[in-house]
Amino acid sequence: MNSAQPGAEPAASPITCVLMLKIYQPLHDSLRRHSEETYPHECCGVLLGQIADGGRVVTSIARCGNTRDDSPRNRYHIDPRELIRIQREGRDRGEDIVGFYHSHPDHPPHWSQTDFAEAHWYGCSYVITSVVQGKAQATRSFELTGNDETEKRFVDESIEVAPEPMGRMP
Amino acid sequence: MLKIQIPTPLRQYAGKQAAVEVKGSTVAEALNSLVRLHPDLKRHLYTDDGKLRAFVNVYVNDEDIRYLEKEATQLKENDNISIVPSIAGGSREAGMNSRSARTLIRQMICPTVCCPACCCCQ
Ligand SMILES: [Zn+2]
Repeated sequence: MNSAQPGAEPAASPITCVLMLKIYQPLHDSLRRHSEETYPHECCGVLLGQIADGGRVVTSIARCGNTRDDSPRNRYHIDPRELIRIQREGRDRGEDIVGFYHSHPDHPPHWSQTDFAEAHWYGCSYVITSVVQGKAQATRSFELTGNDETEKRFVDESIEVAPEPMGRMP
Repeated sequence: MLKIQIPTPLRQYAGKQAAVEVKGSTVAEALNSLVRLHPDLKRHLYTDDGKLRAFVNVYVNDEDIRYLEKEATQLKENDNISIVPSIAGGSREAGMNSRSARTLIRQMICPTVCCPACCCCQ
């Protein structure tokens, strides 16, 4: 069901994605579990790690509260104050913000026009997990490419779930 | 010295630094000093008519300058300024009903469906 699992692609597949998000298995499990815990509301959080050539490596995640109390089933917003704290704590560990995750309760794991309009962290990953009837379905990731509002674009990227923890990239 | 924290996407315009030291007695002066040092940052922070972009949040320590004196907010030595682009979104498109959402879920869960913009499909 989850197309992000390693080995889901046939070995002989000619498909190669340039963009990639690499994440340690327990962190991947944790963000998917988060999406089930907050169901039917959207969950959200921050991905920390390193930006490497052609992709991002996630070495920790931070759960956030969804401040959109008015419409938590289909909207999310992270308090910038929480983001500043997460950014600071990450830097103390040598990690940068490399992306964000949120869930789509009873919606597909594809970015919406709202997601696109509200996305401003170019070069970062936006991970979306679809949750249907309380169960996490597919998790997908999109890199926000481009350098400004006029040329930005979400591009599909593959998620590589790593069974071993990943240290800091050289 | 004041420190301005630069978010990941803007570091390429700030000499790849995570934080830049500037001088200034107000937020406006500190930001001016920042864009003088790194002119490429300017169009990412300001609109063509010189206003801070709506999605660019500026915090002094843990306070949003919108709830202080905005760009006229006074700064003290060693204040920490953070530039934080907003993080928000949501699943529901304006006007999408639950039936079209279900159809979309079926399409999107299917692993063979690939987004047309995806590098895999080109
Ligand atoms: Zn969304």
